Amino acid sequence: MSTDLVLTYVGFFMMGAIALIGAVLAVSQRNILRAALGLIVSFIGVAGIYFVLEAEFVGVVQILIYVGAITILILFAIMLTRGLMQGTTSGHNSQWLAAALLAMLLFAALALVALGTNWNVAATRVSSDLIPKIGAELMTTYVLPFEAVSLLLLAALVGAIVIARE
Amino acid sequence: MIPLPFYLLLAAALFCIGLFGALARRNAIAILMGIELMLNAVNINLIAFWRYIQPAAPTWDLAGQIFALFVITLAAAEAAIALALVIAIYRSRDTVNVEEVDLMKW
Repeated sequence: MSTDLVLTYVGFFMMGAIALIGAVLAVSQRNILRAALGLIVSFIGVAGIYFVLEAEFVGVVQILIYVGAITILILFAIMLTRGLMQGTTSGHNSQWLAAALLAMLLFAALALVALGTNWNVAATRVSSDLIPKIGAELMTTYVLPFEAVSLLLLAALVGAIVIARE
Repeated sequence: MIPLPFYLLLAAALFCIGLFGALARRNAIAILMGIELMLNAVNINLIAFWRYIQPAAPTWDLAGQIFALFVITLAAAEAAIALALVIAIYRSRDTVNVEEVDLMKW
């Protein structure tokens, strides 16, 4: 094995473990604030996976949008809606056992497909200057979805303000 | 390169953890966190397929990365709207427990 491959494996397992541990914390913690902190850890792990996959731009966007913006939004919402955590109720509802069973069944099905399919993998190297190309593609091939998404963001912004206003 | 199924299994595990969170949690914000985890899992799949199954240079198809970027944007919009709804519900019902928000149940 070359050093490159070993490093890739190390990075994959480290970042994958971080993502999974954070995710488990996020869905299992009774204290919603701790769950949100677990979610941040999970997002950072996923960003690391993007770096391992040599999609640096998406990794940086993941850190900026998910770790920087969405979790801060979630933390704000938690601070504004205190009161549920003080009681003795558990964080999970009565159907949690069925939900766990369903999740495990789905994982088994997905694993069967992932391992059983012959993926037509092309082992190509990624060139280092793809980021300018992402910008060019967004302004040419994907300009219509790009504009649609910006309109959607505007609508979401206005909608969020209208809904949350006193 | 690492075999592709490694990434697919990681994404599947993350998706199933998020699904469990979305189905089993009581707090509306925690349900939203489960949905965000599921969106992240899908993004890992998109990037992994982009990295492993792509036309070689010079055409460099970036569809996988651009799809992931759009998913991240939509997730941000969804989080903003959902949290605004949670705050509005908290104002009128004084709770974010989804079991107690049963106005439309009969």
